[in-house]
Order: sequence, then C-alpha cells, then structure tokens
Amino acid sequence: MNQQMIELLANGIKETLYMTVVSTVIAYLAGIPLGVVSFVTDRQGICRNRVIHFIVGIFINLVRSVPFLILLVAIIPFTRLVVGTMIGSTATIVPLVVAAAPYVARMVESSLKEVNPGVVEAAVSMGSTRFQIIYKVLLPEAAPSLLVGSLISMATILGYSAMAGFVGGGGLGAIAINYGYYRYQTDIMLITVAFLVLIVQLFQEVGIRIVSRIDKRS
Amino acid sequence: MIRLEHITKEFSSKNKKVTAVNDVSLHIKKGEIYGIIGFSGAGKSTLVRCINLLEMPTAGRVYYNHKELTSAGEKELRTARQKMGMIFQQFNLLEQRSVLENICYPLELAKMPKKERTSRAKELLALVDMEEKAKAYPSQLSGGQKQRTAIARALATNPSVLLCDEATSALDPITTRSILALLKKINETLGVTIVIISHEMRVVEQICDRVSVMSNGVIQESGEVKEVFLNPKSETARRLILPDKDEAGSDAGRNRIRIAFDGQSSFEPVIATLVLECNTKVNILGANTENIGGRAYGQMLIELPEDEEKKNLVRDFLKRNQIHFEEGGNGA
Repeated sequence: MNQQMIELLANGIKETLYMTVVSTVIAYLAGIPLGVVSFVTDRQGICRNRVIHFIVGIFINLVRSVPFLILLVAIIPFTRLVVGTMIGSTATIVPLVVAAAPYVARMVESSLKEVNPGVVEAAVSMGSTRFQIIYKVLLPEAAPSLLVGSLISMATILGYSAMAGFVGGGGLGAIAINYGYYRYQTDIMLITVAFLVLIVQLFQEVGIRIVSRIDKRS
Repeated sequence: MIRLEHITKEFSSKNKKVTAVNDVSLHIKKGEIYGIIGFSGAGKSTLVRCINLLEMPTAGRVYYNHKELTSAGEKELRTARQKMGMIFQQFNLLEQRSVLENICYPLELAKMPKKERTSRAKELLALVDMEEKAKAYPSQLSGGQKQRTAIARALATNPSVLLCDEATSALDPITTRSILALLKKINETLGVTIVIISHEMRVVEQICDRVSVMSNGVIQESGEVKEVFLNPKSETARRLILPDKDEAGSDAGRNRIRIAFDGQSSFEPVIATLVLECNTKVNILGANTENIGGRAYGQMLIELPEDEEKKNLVRDFLKRNQIHFEEGGNGA
C-alpha cells in the first residue's frame, strides 16, 4: 500500500469520527428534549398532555419511517440551506442529525421508562417542580441507561454515515464505495470495513467501562 | 392539623369505575401517631396519597393547618408538601445518589446553600443512626438502612407531618420494630405528627395513639388504639386483630373466648394460672401475641369446656384479674 492510500484512509477515519461524534452530540441535543417531552406528556407522566404527546409521537414516527437513503436525498435543499453545500462530511451531518434525533428521542424515552416511578412519586411528595423532577431525578437516575443508549445510537449513526458516501458524503464509507465498489479494489473495501468495525468496538468498550463506573446500582 | 372532609377517590379504567376511597372524613391531631389499617385493596394507600395530593381526590376537601390544599395553587401545594414528609414501602431512594446526597435532595429544593445542606444532612444521619453509611449508595444498604435513609430524607426540611405508606411492610419483624421505635422517637423528640398506613395490627398496636380501620374504601371504625383493640366493633377489625381464625363455627363459637392482652400482664402466667385455679382444660385456638419488655400485647382465642360451671369459673377468673375478654370468639 502506498503513502497516498494511507493518507486517504487516515483522512477517511478522521472524517468518519468527525461526522459520527458531531452528529451524535447534536442529535442528543435535539433528541433528549424530544424524548423527555414525549415521556412526561404520556399517560403516567408528570405533565400529562394527550395532544402534545400525540403530535410528538407522530413527528418521531414519521421521520423514523423514512429510509435513511431517501431522507438523505429528500432533504438536500435543507442541507444546502444550512451548510451551503451538499457534498462533504459537514454536509452529511445535517441528514444524519435529522435521521438520528427521532431515533435518539425513542432511546431516551425508553431509558426514562426504566426509572422507578416510586422515586418520581417521592420527588413529587417532597415538593419538587416538574422541571426539577426532570433534571434532578429523571435524567440523573436514567444516566447509565442513557449512556448505553448513546453507544447504540452512535453505532447506528456510524452506519448511516457510511451510507452517505453514496451521495457525496465523506469518510470511510465514501472510500469504500469509490475505491472498493466502483474500482473493484477489494483490499481497500476490506480495510475500510475493518476500520469501521474497530471504531464501533472501541466506542463500545470505552462506553461500557464508563457506564459501569458511573452506575451506582451495582 | 390534618382534616379530611368527605374524601372520595374514583379510578376509571376502560369500562369500569373503581371507588378506592368512599366519603372518608378524618381529623388528625397535632403530635399524635395516627394509624390507618386495613387489608390490601382497602383504599388506605390511596387515602394517604390524598393527604399530600399525590392523588387528587374526586370529591372532598383536604385541610392542612386550616388551609385548604385541594383548592391551593401549585406553588402553595409544593410549599405544603415540603412541610409533609413521606416514606414508602419500597423506600424510593434515588439510586444514583449516595445516602448523604439523597438527604440533601429536599434541601436543594429548599435552596439551602451547599455547606449548610451537608451539615444538616449529617445531623439527620446521626438522628437515624446511619452516620457511617453517608457515602454508601442505596444498592449497598439493607432494607432497614434504606428506610432509615428515607426517614432522614423525609425529615430534612423539618416537616410537621410524616406520612408512612406501608413503611415497614417490606421489612423483617426485628427491623420493623427498630424502625417503629425510630418513628416513636421522632414523634416524641421532634413533635412530628405521624400517619401510619399498615395492614399489620402489631404495627399500629405498637406505636399508634388512634386508629381507623378501613375496608372497601370506607372507614369501618375509629378510636383510641386500645379501645379498638379491646372492643373491635367491625368485622374487619376483628379479622385484622386475629387473622388466623376466621371460620365462624356456630356451635363451637359459644365456647370461645377472645382474650386481649394490653400490656398490663404477661400472658404465660395468666393462662397457666387460669388452668390451675379453675381446674379446667382450655384449648388455645389461635394467638397473635407479642412480648414487649415482658409485657404481653396481643390476642388469644381459647376454647373452653362445654361445662357451664367451669365457664363461669373462667369468666370470674378473668374478671378478677382485670383481663379483657370477649365471648363468642372471633365474630362468631
């Protein structure tokens, strides 16, 4: 393998990490509030509101049911509006966030459902406001589970980012498609796949270690 | 202190309405320990949740210190709740916080500065005898320690009332006794009014001043614990007092006597002396007794011989020794 190839791969890894991490962070910034709203407006929630719960639910399901590749193409005008271009790794972040945020919202919601309702009741009995219950009880109590969820989300986003390589996104996915698929360079294809696997493994390992460190239940 | 007026709480599920609490009125006085007892599903947990409005009653009013809570705004209600501690059967501690941090939680709500919070929390840990566990997490504690932590947390903001929802039901008898002793201590030293929900008579017996017996969402009878305990009027109270024997044998019932021990005597000598003095055999059918500091508390159901003369001897003996008894056994 020549110097050029190595540089190409190194750059690919960098771009992939950039897309995945930035997208995950932004997806969580949007997904956590969305998930919290969906959770607290539910039937047993602390701010029961059927209408809001229904609207949020529809929105989440709507975006989630669009296949990523279709979404990627469909929101090109929006992507261009936000980052000024539709090519490259920064441009890929937009569809990644749009696709991942509702997914993240569902992950957050299911993590919050694991919080013992009795603890919430105790917090209410101590005179907590709804907002205090969310940021002092629900989110901290669900923290380990939220972190596990974020690892899963990150792996999913990584997979999506590779798909974006088909339509001009950057990263390892683009390399695999351009060299491995269009030019039949199987060795390049295998190497990129190996790196993708490695990245997922790394995130998973480190993440699980952090989770077991912060979880006080065991 | 706390007054409930005509509280009714209905739950409606898909196709039926369940009335958990039906027109209950109660008055809990300042400084007393009030028990609400009943079997599972009697509505007692719902009732206690109506006191701090964790459940909004369908009808009726709740007064706390002459202030109506049922019509209070959210902010007022939160302030009132900070003055009413509550503990639960499942403890409901924050799992991701240490013991000390759990106790700090209500103080954070009260906007107390961090330094004061910690010193107040340590004070409370000393009160509940948990100082060495300050840094432990709930998962590392036993049931009794968890409940002690919960009690400390509930008392953090100096509440005037402590609501206990089956607070000892998940604990073994020895731990139960120590938790009850702690509650009694809190009542006596801090003057906190305590409301206890339980399905166990011995819990109420041990520390309550007054009690209400509840079944099917209705209060069957209320009164001084001793009074209810010695002269239960309702079927529910009888069954709670002596749960083992509820078959009401019509014939055999005539030969049965229910003896109540209210701490004035020790039961073993009583039965032994009765047998010796009356020169008769008695059959102990069931007993629910406890020896607290050599004093007998509880109930005993005994069967007497058919002989009317012997029966009179037994009656005389019990009367002479001022032991409370009731004929006809357990509601037969």
